[in-house]
Amino acid sequence: MTEFLNEWGITIMVFLPLLGVAAMMLIPKEAEGSHKAIALGTALVTGGFGAWLLTKFDDLSVEELAALNETGNVPLYESRQWIPTIKASFDVAIDGMSLPLIALTLLVTPLVIIYSLNHIPKPGNAKMFLILMLVLHTGMLGTFVAQDLVLFFVFFEVVLLPMYFMIGVWGGPDRLYASIKFFLYTLFGSALMLVSFLALFAQTGQETFNLVGLAEAVASGDIPLGTQVLIFGGMFMGFGIKVPMFPFHTWLPDAHTQAPTQGSVILAAVLLKLGTYGFIRIALPILPDAAVEWAPWIGGLAVIGIIYGALGCLAQTDMKRLIAFSSVAHMGYVMLGIATLTDFGINAAIFGMVAHGLITGMLFFIAGSIKDRYHTLEIKRLGGLLVQAPRLGWILGLCTMASLGLPGLAGFWGEFPAILAAYQPAEPLSEELFRVYMVIAAIGTVLAAAYLLWLLQRTAFGTPSDEFKDDPEIVDVKLTEWISWVPLLILILVLGFVPGLIFDITDSSAVEALKNIGVK
Amino acid sequence: MLAQAVEVSEFVRPHIDWHAFAPELILLAWGALVTVIDLIGLEKTRRYIPGLTGIGFLLAMIPVLTLWNDGSTRVLFDGAYVVDEYALVLKGLFLITGYVVVLFSTYYMADGDYYDSEYYQLIAASLLGMLVMTSARDLISIFVALELISIPAYLMAAWRKRDLKSNEAGLKYMLMGVFASAIMLYGMSLLYGVAGDTRLSVIGEAFTVSESKPLFTLAVLFTIIGFAFKISAVPFHTWAPDTYEGAPTPLTAFLAVASKTAGFVALVSIILEGFSGQAEVVEPFMWILSAVTMTVGNLIALKQTNIVRMLAYSGIAQAGYMMAPLAVYGTVSDAARSSIVTYLVIYAAMNLGAFTVVIAAARRTKSGEVASFGGMINWSPGLMAAMTVFLFSLAGIPPMGGWLAKWQIFSALLEADRNTGVALAIVAAVNSVIAAYYYLNIAKQMWFLPSPEGEFRPFKVPAALTAALVITVVLTIGMGVTGFVPEITEFVAAP
Repeated sequence: MTEFLNEWGITIMVFLPLLGVAAMMLIPKEAEGSHKAIALGTALVTGGFGAWLLTKFDDLSVEELAALNETGNVPLYESRQWIPTIKASFDVAIDGMSLPLIALTLLVTPLVIIYSLNHIPKPGNAKMFLILMLVLHTGMLGTFVAQDLVLFFVFFEVVLLPMYFMIGVWGGPDRLYASIKFFLYTLFGSALMLVSFLALFAQTGQETFNLVGLAEAVASGDIPLGTQVLIFGGMFMGFGIKVPMFPFHTWLPDAHTQAPTQGSVILAAVLLKLGTYGFIRIALPILPDAAVEWAPWIGGLAVIGIIYGALGCLAQTDMKRLIAFSSVAHMGYVMLGIATLTDFGINAAIFGMVAHGLITGMLFFIAGSIKDRYHTLEIKRLGGLLVQAPRLGWILGLCTMASLGLPGLAGFWGEFPAILAAYQPAEPLSEELFRVYMVIAAIGTVLAAAYLLWLLQRTAFGTPSDEFKDDPEIVDVKLTEWISWVPLLILILVLGFVPGLIFDITDSSAVEALKNIGVK
Repeated sequence: MLAQAVEVSEFVRPHIDWHAFAPELILLAWGALVTVIDLIGLEKTRRYIPGLTGIGFLLAMIPVLTLWNDGSTRVLFDGAYVVDEYALVLKGLFLITGYVVVLFSTYYMADGDYYDSEYYQLIAASLLGMLVMTSARDLISIFVALELISIPAYLMAAWRKRDLKSNEAGLKYMLMGVFASAIMLYGMSLLYGVAGDTRLSVIGEAFTVSESKPLFTLAVLFTIIGFAFKISAVPFHTWAPDTYEGAPTPLTAFLAVASKTAGFVALVSIILEGFSGQAEVVEPFMWILSAVTMTVGNLIALKQTNIVRMLAYSGIAQAGYMMAPLAVYGTVSDAARSSIVTYLVIYAAMNLGAFTVVIAAARRTKSGEVASFGGMINWSPGLMAAMTVFLFSLAGIPPMGGWLAKWQIFSALLEADRNTGVALAIVAAVNSVIAAYYYLNIAKQMWFLPSPEGEFRPFKVPAALTAALVITVVLTIGMGVTGFVPEITEFVAAP
């Protein structure tokens, strides 16, 4: 049994949600109850199985896992044939870099489905909605475990479809525009990414698409630096648009605002991380020299994103759009951490991804619940949440505090170390430049405090407006909301006090990812 | 002259490998049989003709499989007719395509009260030409095959004879086709004039040593332009949308998939064998043709409101992608061949599927407008799911088959490691984003927008159409997930 799970465990975890999809396809759409039960059951089983799988983590890097796998099956590494002719193989693994993100995915999806139990957005059709959610689950898990560029590309793209339909069918009034914009932006990036993947494959002698193999081939080969920089550029487009980095961020506010609550949560909690994960998993380790050339530019765009996102937030009148813009700023910190090319910065980036996933995911949940009650998210019509729904108000308070990076909550450990890392970037990078970035990023935290506190003040404080004063629909947190929120809230607190929970896992992988930086 | 005359007088019948010829012979015999049955049985047998024709196509698959199993390359008629893996993969593709076309023609023809028995006989004749084309390695047999494919198609395009648009379709297609044939023939005569032989292998060698570059360039230009008409490459594409719209939709699918594939087969054979030593002349021409075809095809497709016209322009753009590896064939001849064949196979599955959905939906909506697909999520979720699979496959989104086709094309372009290849890959990448817009536009209609005529009650798709849908959906997804097509086309590379 152990042998079998060592050999198939990750594959089972990734494809379990599709089993639920198959079952749901056979049931007519009128039976909403059974659809919800199956979807939730599948997500919980996947989560439980995945969590059990993750306990086998032994702080081994993918390289070490691959070496061990030569002699016998080890947990958390699987390698099998897929399409031999094009040298694509089904290589999947879990190491310290992907583990926190997989855990996040395994946690968030069931919570979102719990929330959906009585929140299927208009125009209904729980069957289709939950099927898409489970397909999305497989796509996200697959992207995080993939150790082969072809496999990574396939999963990276698979994620697009369900999200496109989720925004387009169940989204807000402007959903048609938002969904196509989301799709075309991402597709543009991934088309260029595909070209650069294949260029990399051709330049390394068409031996393998395995990430470790490619990194070795590049390190021992003699690809001209100019070519490497161009290949990195293609990847930058693919990952950078997904993150999204300034100036490719414009799809994000539209997609987030128009998406149904569940879609926004998944988008913020997991999908954005596919881009940043791509940088640290693929771009940096494989093309370290090009990364050094690109890092100042990435850092620059990151801090522009921080300031721009913050200023954008200050100008918003819609709560959901404000949270969306805050994502641009937060992902700027993550990218700044990555751009320093230090293990400190990468650790901060991974922590930042998880923290942003938890906090912004929560904020979108809250926004969804406010929308349910008030039927509007226009900030100036809201107010007095603490009077009418005190628990909801306090949860919003906690999450805004976490989002602005208050020490003791999870958000702090994503932002502060990233800023600190910019003080001392990796050897080949310009110290002066990154210190300037550091100062700008620090100013960004002040702006973040401003827009988040302002949001809290205008929505939670004060007295309810006449419009909503006696509205019977405005009630406090409901049971399904409690169940889906409590795990996130606990994690925000726990990770704030014990950040080592994540740093201990990611550290060795971060060091591993950077081992070729500045070698040449 | 005298020497030739002597040769003719001493003619001995060449050895014929009947096994190698079996698929064509079975198809020929079966087509004749069906015609005779129809002549004798008239109305009584009419309803069995489609089924019988389909069985014939499947029967012809048997020798294709045994030949594949055998694995040896069979050369007939001094190299004018070759049965190798390349030919066999494509013969299999044509026969399956033909079978699916028969499946979805069945109801369309019977419902419209057309002369349907003759239609199937003509399909069989055209298909025979395609089988010959896959093996033809000689200018004359290529030309004969091409005409055998085209002439039945001219007739079938005008099949709905009481409809003006169908008449226009047939006439336009024929005039353009004949014109293209004339240009091609002129190019071929020049080729023969310089090389002194009609066999591609001999032409290839002759041109490696030949010094008559201007003449060669002219010959290449005329020959390729001829084929450019057949595969509807821009700027020789203008007949395609009108013909596609006016012709009976099943035939449109046949033209867009089988006929176009046959044109590509000939083009690939001629360029990779006949022009193998003259890459520097042919490549720039193919580069421009490919880039212009994909870009213009996509840009015009953006504006289409009729779904068949849109698929026509999307097919033009797809032809642009398929041609792309020919722009670098001098360096990566094998990869170019196998990637194009991979693309053709996957393209056939997904495009036939898309046409099947259009035919099925038109039974209900009686319209070819994109807007008529509105609200399909309510009136036929199954059809909508199938169409979604095909659309995203055409757009190249995994896990549907289309991504692998694109992947192979890009791979061949970048493997060449030349700036022209990289540039064309980027052009194609940008184009794939433009294309996604109009494919998504259909998806948007089906998923997001209400039906233009209020709610439809759910309707049932006839059995033959369902069969066609199941085959194409399974193939489209299966190709994308398991990646078996490159495993097969790997063998076509080395003749």
